[in-house]
This record gives sequence, C-alpha cells and structure tokens, in this order.
Amino acid sequence: MTPPQRRRRHPKEEPPEPPKAAPAPAGQDNPKEPERLYVLTGGGEGGDRADIDLVTLIVARADVPPPAIQPEQSALLRLCKAPLSVAELSAYLNLPFSVVTVLLTELLAAELVQARAPIVRRALPDRSLLEAVMHGLQKL
Amino acid sequence: MDFKSSDTITGPRAEDHLPHTAQAAVKIVIVGGFGVGKTTMVGSVSEIRPLTTEETMTQAGIGVDDNYGSETKTATTVAMDFGRISITEQLVLYLFGTPGQERFWFLWNGLFEGALGAVVLIDTRRLEVSFDVIGRLEERGVPFVVAINDFPDAPRYPVEDLRAALDLSEEIPIVKCDARRRASSRDVLMTLMRFLHSLAMSRARA
Repeated sequence: MTPPQRRRRHPKEEPPEPPKAAPAPAGQDNPKEPERLYVLTGGGEGGDRADIDLVTLIVARADVPPPAIQPEQSALLRLCKAPLSVAELSAYLNLPFSVVTVLLTELLAAELVQARAPIVRRALPDRSLLEAVMHGLQKL
Repeated sequence: MDFKSSDTITGPRAEDHLPHTAQAAVKIVIVGGFGVGKTTMVGSVSEIRPLTTEETMTQAGIGVDDNYGSETKTATTVAMDFGRISITEQLVLYLFGTPGQERFWFLWNGLFEGALGAVVLIDTRRLEVSFDVIGRLEERGVPFVVAINDFPDAPRYPVEDLRAALDLSEEIPIVKCDARRRASSRDVLMTLMRFLHSLAMSRARA
C-alpha cells in the first residue's frame, strides 16, 4: 500500500498570476489581499496595543482594583493576582485574545499590571532555555 | 459586548495558579488535521484541564462566493485548546492545539512567532490533511517534528515511506505515539526539544 504523496510547494514555483480583478472602488481594500481586522472593544486606537503574546505572563501590581475601571478590567485584575498567561486570561474571561490585549494595554499603561519577560519575538531560543525545558519534561 | 458579570467568571482553581516566582513562558504549537488528536495530546501532558482561547477574525472573502461584490468579508472565530506544563519555578511551557481549519491559524497574529517549534500530528488514514500545514511551516521556517498518532485501525506505513510521502528531509524526526498516553506525548515533545537543540548546536558551530 502506498501512502498519498505530498507535493512540495517550491518557493520558486510562483502560483500563476491571478486573473486581474476589477479595480476596487476607491476607499475599499483590494479583496484579493486578505486582511486581518480585529474586532475591538473600547479604545481601539489601532496600533497602540502593547506587544503582548499569548504566553506573556501577567500579574496584578495592586491587591485592590481601583474603582474607576471597566468591569472587564477589574475582573482581569482579580484573575491575575498570581501570574497567568494572556491565553489563560482570555479563556477564563471568555473574551477573544485581541480584546484581552486591548484591556491589558490600558492596564499596563496605568501600571496596574506587570507583564513578565514577554517572549522576544523572532529571537532564536538559546540552548540553555531548550535544555531547561528538556530537563523539565523529563520529570513528567 | 456580551460580557459575563464578574461574579460568574470561573477563575482558575487554587491549584491552577502559577507560583509568584513564574517569570517567563514558552510555547509549542501542535498542528494537524481535524480529529487527529491534538486536544488529546494537549490534555494528556497538561497540568491543568485544557482551556480554550479564541480569536475573532475578519478576512476578505475566505471561502465564500463573492456576493456580487457587495460584502465579501466574513467573520470567523478560531478557537485553540491549550494546556500548561510548569518546567521550573520560573519557567512555564504552554502547548497550543486547535480544532478547525488550519489555514486560519496562520492569520493568528503571533501564534507561531516566538514559538519554540511545532509538532505535526498525523493520522495515517488521512495523511493528506497534513500536507498543507507542513508546507506552511516550511515556508515560515518554523522547526517541527512529525508524530504519527497510532490509531489501531490506521494503515501502518514504514517510516521511510511516510518520509517520502510527506517529502520530508532526513533530519526531520518522525516518531510514532499514542496521544492519549502522557508518557508517549511527553516523548514527542522531547523529540522536538532534542531536534531544536541540535539545530541550535549546528547554528552555534556555523
């Protein structure tokens, strides 16, 4: 029996030129260029979000949330009295990841939470980090 | 926004809190076709009950017919199950897997950026569902290993036949596993870590 065969996608093999789309009306994005648009709550002043990863650990700085913040944010502060990842906060709050990053950006700016050692993007993991993970997995 | 009153939020159980010493977290992404056992693998090694995070995305005309050019944007919710393994008092490992359509993960900002690497989980009954995701990982330069989830009624191909079918180069590890078993899933993660370590070593020599 022979398994089905994958066809490697060679970078050199450019896909055939897509048929020329009718020019998009002014002010509209070209629908051939997929574009991600997050649904945001609150102050979605685009581009102002902190560089928050799914696994950035968030911890509240103060024990008592100040009164003048949104209920979502005060719930967030209560959740992260001990460190929790942004992914966990999103799961417990039942809010999409991008919404949680917006809420956290404001809390970070107000110095109500601290982001711990956020993953440095595009950095190659160093060997000592890999070795620490291997050592930890061996104990499982 | 439909937000639950904060009284009804189920937060982490006491034992699901991280210690205050936790300083940093890393992530591994488990990818593969629908029903291949990603969530099973996450659940078998996770110290917490797997949780679900989601993202709402709007993309122009994904998989829908152009509705006479009027409105081609569709909103899609992409959900990912994830689990957690505390490595040390300071370091935490998160594992992300997702049901649903793989092409959407690559729209998820930052899912693969900063990830240590990926596990491609494969069911040999439906080998072809993993072709697309392997191609995308290669294009993005995300290091990965391949794990064959050993379903009892799945066809057994020799590993070298699978390597040829998946068009994988010699250095990419292919291992068999039983995603339901903690030790087996742990071994898959160890295989990935050893592979990443060997990549880091060869880079250091270069």
